[in-house]
Amino acid sequence: MKKIYFSEISGNSLGYLAIIAGLGLLVALGFGAFLYMEHNGHWVTGMNNEIVWGLPHVFAVFLIVAASGALNVASISSVFSKTAYKPLARLSGLLSLALLAGGLAVLVLDLGRPDRLIVAMTYYNFKSIFAWNIYLYTGFFVIVIIYLWMMMERKMNGFTKAAGTTAFIWRLALTTGTGSIFGFIVARQLYDSAIYAPLFIVMSFSFGLAIFILVLMATYGGTGRPLGDAILFRLKNLLGVFIAAVLLMVTIFYLTDLYGTEHHDAVAFILNGDNIYTKLFWVVQIILGSLAPLALLYNPVTGTSRAWIAIASILVIIGGLAQLYVILIGGQAFPLVLFPGMEVSSSFADGVVASYSPSLPEFLLGLGGVAIALIIVALAMKVLQFAPNSLADADVDPHYKAAS
Amino acid sequence: MNKSTMKNNDALVDKKRRAILGGTTAAIAGMAIAPGIFLTETAQARPVDQPVSSKTRWGILINTNNCNDCNDCVTACQNENGWGAGSSDEKNSRPDQKAQWIRTVKVTNKETGYAKTLPMMCQHCESPPCVDVCPTGASFKREDGIVLVDKHICIGCRYCMMACPYKARSFIHEKLTDQLSYAPRGIGTVESCTMCVHRVDNGENPACVDACSDSMIFGDLNDPDSNISRELAKHGGTQIRADLRLNPGVRYQGLNV
Repeated sequence: MKKIYFSEISGNSLGYLAIIAGLGLLVALGFGAFLYMEHNGHWVTGMNNEIVWGLPHVFAVFLIVAASGALNVASISSVFSKTAYKPLARLSGLLSLALLAGGLAVLVLDLGRPDRLIVAMTYYNFKSIFAWNIYLYTGFFVIVIIYLWMMMERKMNGFTKAAGTTAFIWRLALTTGTGSIFGFIVARQLYDSAIYAPLFIVMSFSFGLAIFILVLMATYGGTGRPLGDAILFRLKNLLGVFIAAVLLMVTIFYLTDLYGTEHHDAVAFILNGDNIYTKLFWVVQIILGSLAPLALLYNPVTGTSRAWIAIASILVIIGGLAQLYVILIGGQAFPLVLFPGMEVSSSFADGVVASYSPSLPEFLLGLGGVAIALIIVALAMKVLQFAPNSLADADVDPHYKAAS
Repeated sequence: MNKSTMKNNDALVDKKRRAILGGTTAAIAGMAIAPGIFLTETAQARPVDQPVSSKTRWGILINTNNCNDCNDCVTACQNENGWGAGSSDEKNSRPDQKAQWIRTVKVTNKETGYAKTLPMMCQHCESPPCVDVCPTGASFKREDGIVLVDKHICIGCRYCMMACPYKARSFIHEKLTDQLSYAPRGIGTVESCTMCVHRVDNGENPACVDACSDSMIFGDLNDPDSNISRELAKHGGTQIRADLRLNPGVRYQGLNV
């Protein structure tokens, strides 16, 4: 394998400036939405006392889950010693930091009292999975930054494997923590399941890799640097495996719940209801977000087309957002069971499916988080050496043989 | 004054001193014992200078057989704590965004059609899930079993609302101006029934209990001689979602739907 040369992207093209301007506008709109909600209070949003976590949380959890998954490419290189992935490791680390920053920004800005962030950093209840997550998130930043330093500073290269292994273990803990936010909620029918931790881990593999593939293709397409088929096809095959793994976990989750009679109503609400969640589950999450990309990635014609690989990755992201919408909003919309088997009614929406209509400010705040992540990646690549000059087959694939 | 007169005077002073000291001691002892003898039913509160103790576990027993959907408990709570009709606030919030500390819930058996109405509020669990999940410790349980939110360190993450099996908590969606000094509320924080902690600490019953003395009993679940314990021992009581093993401090009778 040839030596890999990294360099900053020039960042002078009109296209680059347009991307920065566009993302900057989205960040500004997201911040404006936050100020609007903060100034008025959450009555201007779609949230209520039944759906307490709305669209911003869907975006935030998606970004946080994808963040840990985006680090996978680096882990495959450093922990599992696959040299073909080594050139991608820096970008993988950068993307994971950026996605986490975007997700956390949305999470914090949607708090009822975002001005009390310092309270969240100084008062801890260690029985709370949220409190553990505050440590897992801040620890992730520190560990991945050290990991990047080990990779990017020649003198420190010897510590790359140790740092990469620490980061890999930490990211598994982080996604376990994120999944357990829902897994530990005993009160609600559609949560309270240990499978949320492994489910979120495979979701992170899938969403993070889909975003990584798109960022990689955009970077190399935009800068005119060579990106060979060998590395891209490895990544897309891996994405297919991850999509299948998510499908398996989702199947086990619903099958387990279906086996117990007490959960029939709740599962039927998601899988066979006359509501938005059933449509999102089957049409967007399963068909568009899982089966379609699987078919596209493994079909010999579309699976070797860069455009189709990009489309499959976009579908995985759309399916992932739908999946989190179903988990978060659907899980809250199903009424709490106060009296099992009985019908209940009250002035406080007991016994009825909670309604939620996402508002524009919530959507803009969520989109702002995505823009924060992407603008960090774009700006960091301009000032530091994250992207290899070439990812052509001959430069990265140890088994590459020139066509004779 | 000769020596013998002085001696007699000293003896007299000593005698008087002893009498004063003895009387004072008896008075102090009497004051300490008296509440135990004379005031068992009315003065349930601890002295203000003493910390809350886990020797007491406050609870409410609700007899749903007498509950006729009159809403008196809800109105009393609103007026006492300044929410809903008891406040001029929350004008912008939609109905599903407005706070409800206590509500009446109608339970109907689908097969038989038999229905019961009951008041539902924070159940003041012994193992409250809201306290477990709160990242900052703003959700907390007092030693005497009353579950509260410290409005100063609540960051408004709403995780407690996700975790509460009774949907007892509300989030404040807008700025408030019409609060009562003893019932702090504020934008961006979560709130729920406080079991009228300000009244309980003054030896009074919660407002809902006073408004519905026919059906609701307030008292110390740890004291076998309290009215609530005696009634529970005599006629029993049920916990809502007892399967979760949270051991709520609010108990119900007549929930045989």
